Amino acid sequence: MSANYTEFHPRWYRPRMSVFWWVGRRSYLVFVLRELSSVFVAWSVVFLLLLVHALSQGGAAYQRFLNLSSNPWMLALNVVALAFVVFHAITWFNLAPQAMVVRLRGKRVPRSVIAGAHYTGWALLSALAAWLILG
Amino acid sequence: MADHIILQVTRYRPERESEPTTQEYEIPLHEEWAVLDGLNHVKDQLDGTLSYRWSCRMGICGSCGMTVNGEPRLTCATFLTDYRPGPIRIEPLRNFPVIRDLVVEIGDFMRKLPEVKPWLIRDEDAAALEGELLQTPAEMDDYKRYSMCINCMLCYSACPIVGLEEGFLGPAVIALAQRYNLDSRDKGADERLDVLSTAEGVWGCTFVGECTTACPKGVDPAGAIQQYKLTAATESLKSFLLPWRSP
Repeated sequence: MSANYTEFHPRWYRPRMSVFWWVGRRSYLVFVLRELSSVFVAWSVVFLLLLVHALSQGGAAYQRFLNLSSNPWMLALNVVALAFVVFHAITWFNLAPQAMVVRLRGKRVPRSVIAGAHYTGWALLSALAAWLILG
Repeated sequence: MADHIILQVTRYRPERESEPTTQEYEIPLHEEWAVLDGLNHVKDQLDGTLSYRWSCRMGICGSCGMTVNGEPRLTCATFLTDYRPGPIRIEPLRNFPVIRDLVVEIGDFMRKLPEVKPWLIRDEDAAALEGELLQTPAEMDDYKRYSMCINCMLCYSACPIVGLEEGFLGPAVIALAQRYNLDSRDKGADERLDVLSTAEGVWGCTFVGECTTACPKGVDPAGAIQQYKLTAATESLKSFLLPWRSP
């Protein structure tokens, strides 16, 4: 019998969580990627603010911003950022019905309708942005 | 037909070993046997020293939760034939200290649970005069699914935040707080707010969502927590904008 074991206060085994606890399970991996996607959402906001700032500084500054944006590294970063932002949006829209309880005339609105409303809103805003830029 | 299956069971005998080991048992594979029946066969026929918790065998008592092939499961509701041809790995629930073999220590949960006052709170003097407290089916629907919790701890085992943050109240405790907050007969939501709207409460949750997947009773603790975040944020905003308003 070991020294720190007594009949009434047995030694508990406390397993430690590995630093890579999120690797072995798909749902944990998706969760960690969704958390990581916030960094790219923040980058997208910074990039947009840089664009607005360059525009406000006149033609030369805007041209410098365009040159910076067409740099292959910047393009690669923004392609990755776009992928993460889309992943962020889709995963959150899919989770939204679990977090939102909407009642209409005393009845709970079905989950599919709440998720559908989010996707519809996304599509409409994207169409509006495309119309403003391309139209 | 005498079909058989292997159970790989985690053993931990603190008087003998400092780390858990695995022991294999070959048991008969019957169509109607749950994993718990397999463990009972081991205990009765093969090795009486195996320790594990169980009671009702019908998904009500919540005591036979274990990790079966890596998933938190009620062993009375998990059938051996679904794991054919085996082997089946049976470990104690994760995120809890292990006392012995498959028995975990749940004292931490038992200490956290009363912090959120999971009972109907009313003015006691008035309660005697009120008599029966009537409730419509719609009012009951608001909280009913949260009242189905059997404290089986599968959600604690599934939640990585429980494993990483020792102080986190955890899914079942918060869902049970919501069970009373959403009850039309309860007046205690303000008393629970101070415990729930903290970094150890709802704000500790990062919405992994695995608690809801693991729950054998359809309680949806993840939904309860996210919905309460909205309530807590609204209350904080109200007390910021209207500081003179009593909570």
